Amino acid sequence: MAMNRITKIKRSIFSRSSLRAIIAIIVFLVLWECGSRSKEWLGHSLPWIGLVPPPSAVVLVWMDLLGDSGYWESWYLSTMRVMSGFVAAMIIGIPLGLMMAVSRTFNSITFPTFEILRPIPPLAWVPVAIIFWPTEELSIAFVTFLGAFFTVVINVLGGAKAIDMRFYQSAQAMGSSQWDIFRRVVLPATIPSIVVGSSVGMGITWNVVVAAEMISGGGGGTSGTGGGLGFFIWNSYVGGSYEQIVVGMISIGIAGYASSELLRGIGGFFTPWLKTR
Amino acid sequence: MNAMLEKVKPRTNEARYGAIRIDDVVKIYDPEGAAVMAVDHCTLDIKAGEICMIVGPSGCGKTSLLNAIAGFHDITSGSIHMDGEMLCGPGKPKAEPGADRIVVFQNGALFPWKTNLENVAFGPMMAGKLSKKEIHEKARAMMADAGLSGTEHNYPGEVSSGLRRRVEIVRALMNDPKVLLFDEPYRALDSLTRSVMHESLLEIYYKNKVTIFFITHDLEEAIFLGHKLVIMTSRPCRPKKILEVDIPHPRDYSVLTSPRFRELLEETSEVVHEEARKSFAAGEKEG
Repeated sequence: MAMNRITKIKRSIFSRSSLRAIIAIIVFLVLWECGSRSKEWLGHSLPWIGLVPPPSAVVLVWMDLLGDSGYWESWYLSTMRVMSGFVAAMIIGIPLGLMMAVSRTFNSITFPTFEILRPIPPLAWVPVAIIFWPTEELSIAFVTFLGAFFTVVINVLGGAKAIDMRFYQSAQAMGSSQWDIFRRVVLPATIPSIVVGSSVGMGITWNVVVAAEMISGGGGGTSGTGGGLGFFIWNSYVGGSYEQIVVGMISIGIAGYASSELLRGIGGFFTPWLKTR
Repeated sequence: MNAMLEKVKPRTNEARYGAIRIDDVVKIYDPEGAAVMAVDHCTLDIKAGEICMIVGPSGCGKTSLLNAIAGFHDITSGSIHMDGEMLCGPGKPKAEPGADRIVVFQNGALFPWKTNLENVAFGPMMAGKLSKKEIHEKARAMMADAGLSGTEHNYPGEVSSGLRRRVEIVRALMNDPKVLLFDEPYRALDSLTRSVMHESLLEIYYKNKVTIFFITHDLEEAIFLGHKLVIMTSRPCRPKKILEVDIPHPRDYSVLTSPRFRELLEETSEVVHEEARKSFAAGEKEG
C-alpha cells in the first residue's frame, strides 16, 4: 500500500502534465531573467521588461524576507482580513440568497436594493467604510466582505432558482413538507452554486484586500514590511525596492492559489455526487 | 426470460385500488388571454391494476392529463375520481399531490445528491411510519428484487440511464402507490435499452399490483405493455380510439413478432399517423 502510494505520487510528479508545467515555469523565468538583464547584455534595455528586477535578484531578496517577521505579519494580516470578510459573506450571503430564492415577497422587497448596490465596486466603498467603522481593520474587512458578498448571493439565488420543477413535484408527491423540501431539495441542489460562488468570491476578496490595504495604509502595520501584503507592495514601491514589489505580488499569487485549492477541496467534500461525472 | 415470467403469476386481477375515472375533463391554459385548449372533454375509465397506455403525438396535451391526476396542475372543468373519491372536480380544480399517485418523469427525477438507496428510501422516510433501519432493509430488498443489488451506494449519476429508470420505479413503488404515472420515461433511451426496460417494467409490475397510466408516442411500446390502448387526438387531446389489447399477460419480447401484435399495430398505426400529421401541420411544440 505504502509503496503504491509513493509510486502514485512519483507518477503524478513526473507525469507529462506536471513536467509541462515545470518546463513552462522555467522557460518563463529564463525569458524574464534575460529581459531584465538586457541592459547588461545587449547594451540597451528592452522596453517594460528591462525595468523589472530579474528573478535571481527577487529570490535573493525573498530569502532575506523569509527571516523578517514583518513579512510574515503581512501574510497573516491579509489572510485574516480575507478570511473574516469571506466567512462573513458566506454566513450572511448564503441564507440571504436562499431566502430571496424561496420567498417571492422577500425577493421583491430586497432584490431591487440589492441590485442597485451590487454594481458598486467594493473599492468605491473604501471612504465610506473608513468613516463608518471605528477601526481601520474593520473597514478593510468590510470592504473585503462586500467583494465576496454580492457574488455569493447572486450565485446562491441563481442556483436555487434553477432547480428543476420535477424535484419539487416528486418530493411533494412523496409527502415532503415545505421544510423537508427546503432541507432535502433546495439546500443540496444549491450546494454546487454555493461552491462556485464562494470560489469566485474568494478570488475577488484577494483583489479587494490588496487594494484596500494600499488605500487605507495597511491598518496596524508596525514595520515597513508589515501591514498586509497590499501595503507591503505599496510600501516597497514608496521605498524603491522593486524586488520586494515582485515578492509581494508573487506572495499574493501563491495565497490566492492556495485558497482556491482549499475551497475546491471543501467544495468536493460537500458535493460527492459530482466527483464521478 | 420466458421461463422466469411464467413462474410469476400475473396479479393484475388482484389489484383492488387505483381505479381512475376521468370524466369530461377540460383543460384550458391561460383562460384570460390567448386560451389554448390542451384537453378537450376527455372521458376515460381505467380499472384497478390496469396498464393504460396513452398514445398521441408530441405536445397533444397528454401530459396535462397526467399532471391533473398527479395534482401538479388544475383542470378547467370536469372531474377525476380515484376509487370513487374525487381527486379534482367542481369546487376543487387541483388535486392534492400524494404518495398514492407517483410520477416517473421523462428525464427522471432521482435526486442526484442522494445515493440510489437514499433515493429509494426517500418516500417512506418522509412518511415517517417506519424506522430508518426498517426502511433501508425494505429498500435493499426491493432493489435486489429489481436487479439493482450492488448499486445501492452509487449516486444516480454513476449508473446507466437504464438502471436509473429502474431505481426510479423502485423509488415510486416504495410509497405503496395505487397508481404509477409514467410520462414517456423511456423516450431518451436507445431502442435496445428500451426493450430491456419494457420487460423489466412488466416484471416489476407482475410483482406489484398497481394501476399504470403510461404516456408514450411509441405505438409498439404501447401495444407491448398495455392492457388498454388510448389513442389521443392531436391538440386539444381527447380519446380518439380506445381498444383492449387482447394479448394475454405475462408477456415477453416474443410478443413483438406475434401475428396478433402485428395486426393490432396495423389496425392502430393509421389512426396514430393521421393525428401525428395533423399535429405536425399545426406546428405543435415538442413536449
